[in-house]
Amino acid sequence: MEKFDFIELKVPAKAEYIGVVRLSISGIANRMGFSYEDIEDLKVAISEAITNTVNHAYHDGEGEVTIGFGVYNDRLEIMVADRGGSFSLNEIKDNIGPYNETESIEDLREGGFGLFLINALMDKVQINNSYGVIVLMTKYIDETEVGFDDDQISTTQ
Amino acid sequence: MNLTIKITDEPTKSIVHLSGEIDAYTAPNLKETLIPLTQQKSRIVEVDLEKVSYMDSTGLGIFISALKSTKEHDSKLILVNIQERVLRLFKITGLDEIMNVNAAIRGGSE
Repeated sequence: MEKFDFIELKVPAKAEYIGVVRLSISGIANRMGFSYEDIEDLKVAISEAITNTVNHAYHDGEGEVTIGFGVYNDRLEIMVADRGGSFSLNEIKDNIGPYNETESIEDLREGGFGLFLINALMDKVQINNSYGVIVLMTKYIDETEVGFDDDQISTTQ
Repeated sequence: MNLTIKITDEPTKSIVHLSGEIDAYTAPNLKETLIPLTQQKSRIVEVDLEKVSYMDSTGLGIFISALKSTKEHDSKLILVNIQERVLRLFKITGLDEIMNVNAAIRGGSE
């Protein structure tokens, strides 16, 4: 199996912590050798995912957002989950399948341009809503290695 | 990770100087400031984004609301001195086509 480092971050599902997560991803991506432009893209994408969670997942202002960073040689995988519980990267990845048109992702789209931007800025985006909503997004260090076909959204129930 | 808002009022125009980051945390305050300005009939609301280092879709959402408000109240919204990274989001979403957006010019304001 491909080796990777895993970093997990858990923050209250409150808007004031989005900036804190941005600083974290900035540090991780910088350490991995991403370009300045890509780091800015990553900051927007992760903020959009967390904003979705903060706005939609918790209406009472409580709860946590769990963010997982899979640090690979050639890419960064980011997971944003609206359940406070710790999660296993591989377990979650197994539960993500191809996009099925009959499934609704309208709730996420309520965030306006949020999901659209995530999709535009990342190389690969998948959404799993088996246990709350989990957004899994990938960005490759060298974008030229990635075909445009990878720009898609997937959901599984 | 905060946003500073300063307003300069001129006879026909309000200039809103923003400095910092626009995200879900700072957005509510910006919206509360910006929308009432656009509700003044015939007012030109110029938003200076020269010192905005970060913005995401919450910022886009506010400017969309402000634009809608200008249509209702016959006022005008102009975004000026937008940094390259922030402008990119307007371009990706196509909002640069429907909004009056002006990029930052090297060496200072227009």
